[in-house]
Amino acid sequence: MGRSLNLKHGVVELAHGSGGRASALLTKELFLPALANAELCKADDGAVFAVEAGRLVVSTDSHVISPLFFPGGDIGSLSVFGSVNDVAVMGAKPQHLTAGFILEEGYPLADLKRIAESMGQAAKACGVSVIAADTKVVKRGEADDVFITTTCIGLMPEGLNLDASNIQSGDQVLISGSMGEHGAAVLASREDLGLHAAIESDSQPVHGLVNALLNSGAKIHFMRDPTRGGVATVLNEVVNMAGKGIKMDEQVLPVREPVRAVSELLGLDPLYFACEGRVVVICAAADAEQTLKVMQAHPAGLGSVNIGEVVDGLPHLTVRNSWGGERIVNMLAGDQLPRIC
Amino acid sequence: MKYVDEYRDPARMKRLLAQLHTEATTDSYRLMEFCGGHTHALYRYGLVSALPDCITMVHGPGCPVCVLPAARIDAAVELAKKDGVIFCSYGDMLRVPGSGQSLLGVRAAGADVRVVYSPLDAVKTALDNLNFQVVFFAVGFETTMPATALAVKEAQRLKLKNFFVFCNHVLTPPAIRGIFASDESSDEPVNVHGIVGPGHVSAVIGSDAYGLVVNEFNTPLVISGFEPVDLLESILMLVRQINEGRVEVENQYRRVVAQAGNAKAIALLDDVFVLRGEFEWRGLGMMPRSASALANRYAQFDAEKFFEVIVGQGKEHPACVCPDVLRGKIQPEQCKVFGKACTPETPLGACMVSSEGACAAAFQYG
Repeated sequence: MGRSLNLKHGVVELAHGSGGRASALLTKELFLPALANAELCKADDGAVFAVEAGRLVVSTDSHVISPLFFPGGDIGSLSVFGSVNDVAVMGAKPQHLTAGFILEEGYPLADLKRIAESMGQAAKACGVSVIAADTKVVKRGEADDVFITTTCIGLMPEGLNLDASNIQSGDQVLISGSMGEHGAAVLASREDLGLHAAIESDSQPVHGLVNALLNSGAKIHFMRDPTRGGVATVLNEVVNMAGKGIKMDEQVLPVREPVRAVSELLGLDPLYFACEGRVVVICAAADAEQTLKVMQAHPAGLGSVNIGEVVDGLPHLTVRNSWGGERIVNMLAGDQLPRIC
Repeated sequence: MKYVDEYRDPARMKRLLAQLHTEATTDSYRLMEFCGGHTHALYRYGLVSALPDCITMVHGPGCPVCVLPAARIDAAVELAKKDGVIFCSYGDMLRVPGSGQSLLGVRAAGADVRVVYSPLDAVKTALDNLNFQVVFFAVGFETTMPATALAVKEAQRLKLKNFFVFCNHVLTPPAIRGIFASDESSDEPVNVHGIVGPGHVSAVIGSDAYGLVVNEFNTPLVISGFEPVDLLESILMLVRQINEGRVEVENQYRRVVAQAGNAKAIALLDDVFVLRGEFEWRGLGMMPRSASALANRYAQFDAEKFFEVIVGQGKEHPACVCPDVLRGKIQPEQCKVFGKACTPETPLGACMVSSEGACAAAFQYG
């Protein structure tokens, strides 16, 4: 073990997770420069932070995506946006983040540095700081390169209630942009499908968009980010929680052409493809137009559209196609695509 | 998107549906779509509910996952469990229940089972893992056979000694014969008035391949594409044949299917495969000359020979009536365990596993 890390050609070694000098070196030379903030630099066993009176929201999310680097993002930024977005769609303002790393022996330090720097930049973009972190190293073959678990803590505004019980018949279902780009991008890059059209993941933070919505005074009943299982899965959860149906019109569903091409090619349904930077918003019909305008005015919501309506009846998600045929869109039995986040 | 949008054009759909409502004047048209891809599309595009009430779509056995008997899944599971074997399969096959375990089950228990999108990926896996024996689980009708054949030829070119094919390819015309023949031998009359013929199978074998069966059983057949416009057009063509008393092979899927099929692909199949004497189908039983094995000149790639595979007697779940569903005798919803004990999460029978299975399609879009 040299006196400093070989960030060009070095690899993760078991000693880096030992808690000894090698661990300290990895923290000091790789993680701290990327994630630096006063609290993390103290290197105490835990982080201390002040809280305002009121309610906190906490959400945790593990990331095991393969490949670690994909068009439009990487596991570092994804692991930040994942937890931040979960907290944001609860209506809360993200404040702090913790991160746990499980590293496989032999993983290149240069790539780990890129991941850490990407995390740092993502955290900065979200206005959160990584105040506590942990690293473990496992033997080669016992993990797949890098796994990251993050936990985000956010402040819940006074009096805000975005519970599914708010959802009423007649409510409109809005989405902040086109569907399925993350799932399609990961699939296309993983399977080396040889597609010419590049598909980029939609991975991005949505806290700003949510903040703009809440500040605009829009009366929002419910919000979710359609990650694993995509829009179909989130809306199936909604119909089950609300005990009402949702009807969508296939013609207005926003799916970009390359994503459609991938799904046609592989026989998959983009309704089930994961998004990592979109919000599904449910609001009263009377507020839908105004809410949509606010969403479309925000950089993270330029492609916002109204995709459906909450209706009385059985808790089914149904899609009406262009000639009037209707089909039920159910929960998937299993994973359409494993390890996408 | 070209080749997609024009076949989902709402104006054309509405026009075809209106024509069907006008022209389907007999009390009952029972039409079997042979192909699981058609079953899926009928549900996916909401066509089942849009058709006139007098037209009943009967779902046929054209799902390669569904017709493979438990005994051959068991044999695949045994192969996958062997030390030093990397077992490559299409994703659909992983959850199919055998008599005991599924491939997914043995993977969880430590077997190296990998999903491939193409048999050539399995050849590449063999090339990358020369110390392992790589077995490709070849399933499917004539549609997937050329790809398997190409993989065998590629393995030969690369002089691979560690690539094997567990061949379970089955043939379409004998299966159609099987449905009608099995009904003739029982007391029930044949209760299908027309067949929506397979599209992608026909792209390989051509529309001429069905002439004999159609004449033998006096039932019209229209080869169909997989988009909603294709299916409605094909159903309309069948209704017209039935109304006019014609019994012909017609080809709606002309943009893909040629009368004589794909000569290159057929030559490839003739080179790599030979007919088996008989083969067991789930639901249809033992059928003569209904499946293919690797030809003797490619015996070195034949997993059945190399690993001395013994295909025993499989056990299906006693409550499962997949055989009757596959023969079109009952609709999925008429099965006692449909949607209750048998769901896509816990399939008892093969028809619930593959997305092309009649039960899975009925459950997913029901």
